Amino acid sequence: MKKAENKISNINLPKSPTGIMGFDEITLGGLPTGRPTLVCGGAGCGKTLFGIEFLVRGAIQFNEPGVFMSFEETDKELINNVASLGFDLNNLIKNKKIALDHVYIERSEIEETGEYDLDALFIRLGYAIDSIGAKRVVLDTIESLFAGLPNQLILRAELRRLFRWLKNKGVTAIITGERGDETLTRQGLEEYVSDCVIMLDHRVTEQTSTRRLRVVKYRGSTHGTNEYPFLIDETGISVLPVTSLGLEHIVSNERISSGIKALDEMLEGKGYFRGSTVLVSGTAGIGKTSTAAHFAEAACKRGERVLYFCFEESPNQLMRNMLSIGIKLEPWVKKGLLRFQATRPTLYGLEMHLAVTHKFVNEFKPDIVILDPINTFVTGDKEFEVKTLLMRIVDFLKVNQITALFTSLTSAECSIEGSDAGISSLIDTWLLLRDIELNGERNRGMYVLKSRGMANSNQIREFVLTNHGVELRDVYIGGKGVLTGSARIAQEAFENAEVLRRKQNVERKVREIDRKRRELETQISALRAGFESEETEAVMMIETEQETIKRLEQDKMEMAVSRKAKIGKIATKNLKNN
Amino acid sequence: MKEKKTKVKSASDDLDQTIANQGKDKYILRLYITGSTSRSILAITNLKKICEEYLEGRYELEVIDLYQHPSLAKGEQIIAAPTLIKKIPLPFRRIIGDMSDREKVLLGLDLKEVQDKKDGQKI
Repeated sequence: MKKAENKISNINLPKSPTGIMGFDEITLGGLPTGRPTLVCGGAGCGKTLFGIEFLVRGAIQFNEPGVFMSFEETDKELINNVASLGFDLNNLIKNKKIALDHVYIERSEIEETGEYDLDALFIRLGYAIDSIGAKRVVLDTIESLFAGLPNQLILRAELRRLFRWLKNKGVTAIITGERGDETLTRQGLEEYVSDCVIMLDHRVTEQTSTRRLRVVKYRGSTHGTNEYPFLIDETGISVLPVTSLGLEHIVSNERISSGIKALDEMLEGKGYFRGSTVLVSGTAGIGKTSTAAHFAEAACKRGERVLYFCFEESPNQLMRNMLSIGIKLEPWVKKGLLRFQATRPTLYGLEMHLAVTHKFVNEFKPDIVILDPINTFVTGDKEFEVKTLLMRIVDFLKVNQITALFTSLTSAECSIEGSDAGISSLIDTWLLLRDIELNGERNRGMYVLKSRGMANSNQIREFVLTNHGVELRDVYIGGKGVLTGSARIAQEAFENAEVLRRKQNVERKVREIDRKRRELETQISALRAGFESEETEAVMMIETEQETIKRLEQDKMEMAVSRKAKIGKIATKNLKNN
Repeated sequence: MKEKKTKVKSASDDLDQTIANQGKDKYILRLYITGSTSRSILAITNLKKICEEYLEGRYELEVIDLYQHPSLAKGEQIIAAPTLIKKIPLPFRRIIGDMSDREKVLLGLDLKEVQDKKDGQKI
């Protein structure tokens, strides 16, 4: 955004930054340099403050001295009034950074006796400008002249001359004006000051008041056209450039743990993307805050800063409650890593919430912001406003690479997805917590409805709050639907028994086979033993037989020798017979 | 811009004070102008004429050019030119314009009757 701002202001019109938080972003650089700007609005809308802050910041931050010409408040009143905002005007006056001039006009003291002009005022202003080398001028509220000087014809001509004179002087000027009935200002000053017109407004809707600012026109420059809420607090005005000007924020590939291990596993085992927007929605008492607290604790453990906006519980109550599920947040608060910001949503208007959020985020510079819950904003039929509010918050946080976690309470009657549809498109990761009522029990189930840029688990997990935090368990989905709680435990027991039975079966079979194998082996060895003994017997018998045969033949031979027969023939015959 | 600082002082006589019933006090008047514009000169001439006529001998008129003394504009709370300031006698008055409306100048200087004043205010 900064880049765009510089580019535009360089090409087109030279601009003087006001230093007012957020305003320079809307106007892409500030007020038109060397030209008068009209700031108009009703009573108490912050015109004077806008002017004085423009001067003070100009003097301190941009080294541009300024003249404040007041037609209403005296110098002393002005100094006292802005001292409460931390501006030390006395010091600036002493250092010739600011010059104050209170123009006092009392109708009863004045008698008009003919033609006149406002040259004296010009001289006076010119003298103040030259005495400190002023680059900035504020005239607050020049319309008071109309009350003091009855001759309108002269006055109008002189005002026209004054603004031209200011332009020639080359000072960047703010002229404030009261809002009129049909015109922007009561005296139609917009006719004369036509380069830049800014409208301030202070509106009360449903008993909550919101200050808003709008750039009505800005000749020669583009500018944000919305009504921007702004805030007056101890540091002055801060305007929020509520909708970021583009969707060009840097994206991070870094992943951060949700603080719940099983949930990280459902998100590719890594957790959320840094800078993404997470929505945890569900019915009352389902554990949204617990999920948020887990995330906060995990972040603090990593050494990151967490800003926790709670709109329903006080910080102490929240910390006590989280202690019961084993999440200790207090040490982090003491360390300064975790900050709670507890306000009732009804305290401010929507825009004011945005402004406050903005301010605290800029102040604390957190890595993670938690809003718990977001839908308490919706009082009455303001869904559209709430959506814009959230969109602005989301954009703002994204630009700053802050991971956001919102919780959202959904009513039991309507479908959970439907009720949040208004903001679903803004959300990167959406966790849904839902009741599962079965067998007279109410149990919690969690699933990832969507998660951009990751292959998330499609499983419904049972969400259990234990004394050591949130645990996610598998749920059973059978013919009867999703099983949770005691039904799940029964199912688990049943499955365990089944497994045991099967295990036992297997073991029995193994044992049987073993036994059979052993039996077989015994049989084999018995047979072999029998065979071996037979074999030995047979061998022995063969040997004996052969011996006997040998002996017989020998006997025959001996007999033949003794009978003197042919030895060869007989021997051959005997061998053949064998 | 040339300086236009004229002091017209008349000798205050004891006689004068006793003469007129309206002239209890001495008038101290300051006319602030912005340069020698025709309007400035017209204002000076008109004023002098009135003063001579009604306040002869018991007024002090100082003409100050704001271009020469710009810081006086702030100190004296002047925005219009010409401006005549009557500090004494009270009440404090600023009479602005070229002093061509004689009636109003007299009104501003408290030299008119009360009835006339009321009429004057209506306008």
